[in-house]
Amino acid sequence: MGYKAKFRVWRGEGGEGRLEDFTVEVNEGEVVLDVIHRLQATQAPDLAVRWNCKAGKCGSCSMEINGRPRLGCMTRMSTFEETETITVTPMRTFPVIKDLVTDVSFNYQKAREIPSFTPPKDVEPGEYRMQQIDVERSQEFRKCIECFMCNNVCHVIRDHEENKPAFAGPRFLMRIAELDMHPYDTADRKESAQEDHGLGYCNITKCCTEVCPEHIKITDNALIPMKERVVDRKYDPLVWLGNKIFRRSS
Amino acid sequence: MTQTTAENSARKQRAQIKVRTLRTDRWWLAPALTFTGLMTFLVYGFWAIFDQSYLAEPYIAPFASPCLATACPEGARLFGLAPIGDWYTWPPGLLILGLPAGFRLTCYYYRKSYYRSFWLSPPACSVAEPHGKYTGETRLPLIIQNIHRYFFYFAVIIGLILTYDAVLSFRDKDGNWGHVGLGTIILLVNAILILAYTFGCHSCRHITAGRLNHFSKHPIRYKAWTFVSKLNAKHQQFAWASMFSVMIADLYVRLVAKGIINFPFA
Amino acid sequence: MEIERHEYDVVVIGAGGAGLRAAIEARQQGKRTAIVCKSLFGKAHTVMAEGGAAAAMGNVNPDDNWMVHFRDTMRGGKFLNNWRMAELHAKEAPDRVWELEAWGALFDRTKDGKISQRNFGGHEYPRLAHVGDRTGLELIRTLQQRVVALQQEDEKLHGDPEAYIKVFAECTVTRLLKDGEDVSGAFGYWRETGKFIVFDAPAVVLATGGIGKSYVVTSNSWEYTGDGHALALLAGAKLINMEFIQFHPTGMVWPPSVRGILVTESVRGDGGVLRNSEGRRFMFDYVPDVFKDKYATTEEEGDRWYTDQANNRRPPELLPRDEVARAINAEVKAGRGSPQGGVFLDVSTRLPADEITKRLPSMHHQFKELADVDITKEPMQVGPTCHYIMGGVEVDADTGAASVPGLFAAGEVSGGMHGSNRLGGNSLSDLLVFGRRAGAGAAEYVNGLARRPAVSETAVQDARAEALAPLERSGGENPYEVHHELQRTMNDLVGIIRKTEEVSEALDAVEKLKERSNHTASPGGRIYNPGWHLALDLRNMLLVSECVARAALLREESRGGHTRDDYPKMSPEWRRKLLVCSATPDGATVDVEERIQPSMRADLLVLFDREELSKYLTGDELAKYDAVKES
Repeated sequence: MGYKAKFRVWRGEGGEGRLEDFTVEVNEGEVVLDVIHRLQATQAPDLAVRWNCKAGKCGSCSMEINGRPRLGCMTRMSTFEETETITVTPMRTFPVIKDLVTDVSFNYQKAREIPSFTPPKDVEPGEYRMQQIDVERSQEFRKCIECFMCNNVCHVIRDHEENKPAFAGPRFLMRIAELDMHPYDTADRKESAQEDHGLGYCNITKCCTEVCPEHIKITDNALIPMKERVVDRKYDPLVWLGNKIFRRSS
Repeated sequence: MTQTTAENSARKQRAQIKVRTLRTDRWWLAPALTFTGLMTFLVYGFWAIFDQSYLAEPYIAPFASPCLATACPEGARLFGLAPIGDWYTWPPGLLILGLPAGFRLTCYYYRKSYYRSFWLSPPACSVAEPHGKYTGETRLPLIIQNIHRYFFYFAVIIGLILTYDAVLSFRDKDGNWGHVGLGTIILLVNAILILAYTFGCHSCRHITAGRLNHFSKHPIRYKAWTFVSKLNAKHQQFAWASMFSVMIADLYVRLVAKGIINFPFA
Repeated sequence: MEIERHEYDVVVIGAGGAGLRAAIEARQQGKRTAIVCKSLFGKAHTVMAEGGAAAAMGNVNPDDNWMVHFRDTMRGGKFLNNWRMAELHAKEAPDRVWELEAWGALFDRTKDGKISQRNFGGHEYPRLAHVGDRTGLELIRTLQQRVVALQQEDEKLHGDPEAYIKVFAECTVTRLLKDGEDVSGAFGYWRETGKFIVFDAPAVVLATGGIGKSYVVTSNSWEYTGDGHALALLAGAKLINMEFIQFHPTGMVWPPSVRGILVTESVRGDGGVLRNSEGRRFMFDYVPDVFKDKYATTEEEGDRWYTDQANNRRPPELLPRDEVARAINAEVKAGRGSPQGGVFLDVSTRLPADEITKRLPSMHHQFKELADVDITKEPMQVGPTCHYIMGGVEVDADTGAASVPGLFAAGEVSGGMHGSNRLGGNSLSDLLVFGRRAGAGAAEYVNGLARRPAVSETAVQDARAEALAPLERSGGENPYEVHHELQRTMNDLVGIIRKTEEVSEALDAVEKLKERSNHTASPGGRIYNPGWHLALDLRNMLLVSECVARAALLREESRGGHTRDDYPKMSPEWRRKLLVCSATPDGATVDVEERIQPSMRADLLVLFDREELSKYLTGDELAKYDAVKES
């Protein structure tokens, strides 16, 4: 059942490194992360890889397998030909610490730039009443396991390091959408989504959705609806006029 | 990060991998197909605008409907009207095609497809784009994409007119109801696909109820949103299907008008 | 080499539910707080919790209240629980869940807009607040975002988001530091750089979770190496109930590489049934006497219960976890297992496909992606997996304080709350209730200090030398091999069913492995070197495994998460006794002693029927009950 697979794994510290070749045993039912662990236990004890749950729930083992962002624990070896050489590299958008481990502090920085949930002051814990259909949209976004592969694959920062300060990335634009759609959130997030967090950089090419291991429809359900909400505020004279006439506040 | 990393940030950089992508699959296939498909449409559309044989009663070619000038034959006019008057002698399509074209040009799906296949930004996921600088839709001209919803309003009108045309094609040449030809069916299918594409639009989804935070307080709008969301999930498929159906319907009518297609049930 | 130093009021080790809740509390009480976590912020094992957080809010069944929850918890733990903890837990869990909602959590809703609650094994009423089957993720993300919210507040007030609460991610603590008897700080290393770090802090909250990585088949992630248990032992604190380990009845059994990964109990709560290879719903054969009148005796009654809980008894698939795990174990041993060595858990014939994907989305996803099995079409194969340790640091129920001044513990690393067996859903609420109490306890302790304990330089140097040792040896043992052998030993010899000879054999093996682990060598440098990290974790795993084995050998009865083949009955005498582990002064080995546990407060005792108590308590204790009832 087992066979010997050819692996090319990027190894190095702080950016400099090279692809190293390995031949390693593979057994039935294994995933790429199992093979990386076998390399650690038998050939390269200091091969660095980040992982936790090994069940696709924590989003730690993000890497690029044959050039595509994947979770190592959710990529079955049976999806490859036995003769194929499998190339494993660290996420490209973030600086490398060592081997397959990258410094993802960019994401935590961005998380802190998004204003938190802002409930009305007069609702006490235990008094929240929300209908299931009103929370479902935000619940989809809260499935996010923060593997950061959407931010990694997004060409806005993947191909343009200089855009990092101005662009929160799909993960955190989705967080803005999640809060904006929350039935109890009172903060105004439309203006800042566009001005401070770079929603306009998104050209909806959907790679974030393609790589999402939780199959969240990031583009269709979060980013585009958020863009439309921004249009309401900033680019739609009819809505502006309607609000003036009926004195509605958002 | 929520931790101290500043002291070693200078040392850190991305993995130095020289190649543009390590993908081993045929990632270039999808953008190549998209490019070919969209180019076909553009070339056909350009030809169709200047082609004069757009009426073969009871059929009118979708690219020429509604025909708003006096120069159009009686049967091609919408409700028999010609609001533009007789000064206009250019092809009738030029008057109205800007609206559906604008709708598709600013459509969220088409944006994805041409950003990828024409502008290669990016050509495919995790394949580097060839541009040194990128500002996306943050400034002119691409910030104009935000007017999509206005094109949507007009696209609804055009969609309804094409449906009306399809209904009228159930009459024969003399205006008697009951006719069904291949053209009728083609126009009908096209109208349905166009409507499915139009009402599945992301802006439509937003307008119906997407902009609300309390679906439960607007049950009818929520129902509409649920329906639009279903269409929206297939927006890409409807975009392609309706693009080809409109092309086929248009070509079919013109071929009938030119007498190239002349079998009994045409 | 320069060692990085930080001064804090409270250092929380572990950033799962308990750690984050403790840190939030300490910060809210104005203490400068550090959160130290082994992995990235927001990745802790809490994300794996699926079913929900048990809290008697009574949203679905208004008959539910804290007393019912308290009774269920005690029953589940076979009355070995620290009753004060069970009481506090049952009373405070609703507030802790509601508070999450005010921090942005989005639980599933009932029709009238309240938090929906689901059924779970051992809980009399629907009680688990949940979000599909990813409740743990919701909980940790909410707490993580609460920490961020506090940091944003601090940024506005002080110009520095990390002024009062800071996360040290991918940072591992290897030693607690003391000044005389009191805790004075902690010593650790950054995974990223391998550099050392010293925290100077009068209060340390342990919230490091469990010990599952000492077993081969486990639902636990790599972090679960018993760090907090070992740190507490080495700092002079005591561990209790270490013999009680919960084997979750339903872990995946195939493919081999994911063996042990959890299949949530909600599958059974939502109608899934267990069958053996003969197609029989075997759980009906395994209802123990103490539960006889609470569970259905026919399949028809069990099935009716899902729609009409008032007039029917629940199906035996929903017995507490220890019972179900033992039953599956017995079926497999009797040769009635599934092809890959488990039993069948079937939901495909019980619910329509779209209902399954709606109620159990992650399970559907997990089986599709990992095993290529569509659970809407075919049954799953499941078997027991090491899931949770009931035992842990002995703490004061109200403050989470351990016996060492300045040391606190909360969550899985603390012991007592769950007795001999934890009910599903009680873990998430435990984290919140006792996380908050430990954070508050630590803050109060700091307030009452006359002087700040000092970090001893010698201790720092010793800790440094200890940490560097595996890197400085060459040609020694491969830590991966030692680890693997330990896992096999514990799995085979101190697993679900235990025997005197096997446990003794395990103790000998652990002794030998300890020797080998003193000679591990990790090639490579200090930057993110997993071989080195594992070598350091081995000390903890071995120490904890020794506790488990020693306590398991001493307890001559079967109760909850401890089943002895040679003592298959529950003994009322043993119920009164706790086994307390402590480390010898040099930290080389473990002593275990018996201690009588205080009896339940009278007002709590009378919440139970005499008949039920008579199954658990000794004659003396029952006489006390009668006296209370009389007066």
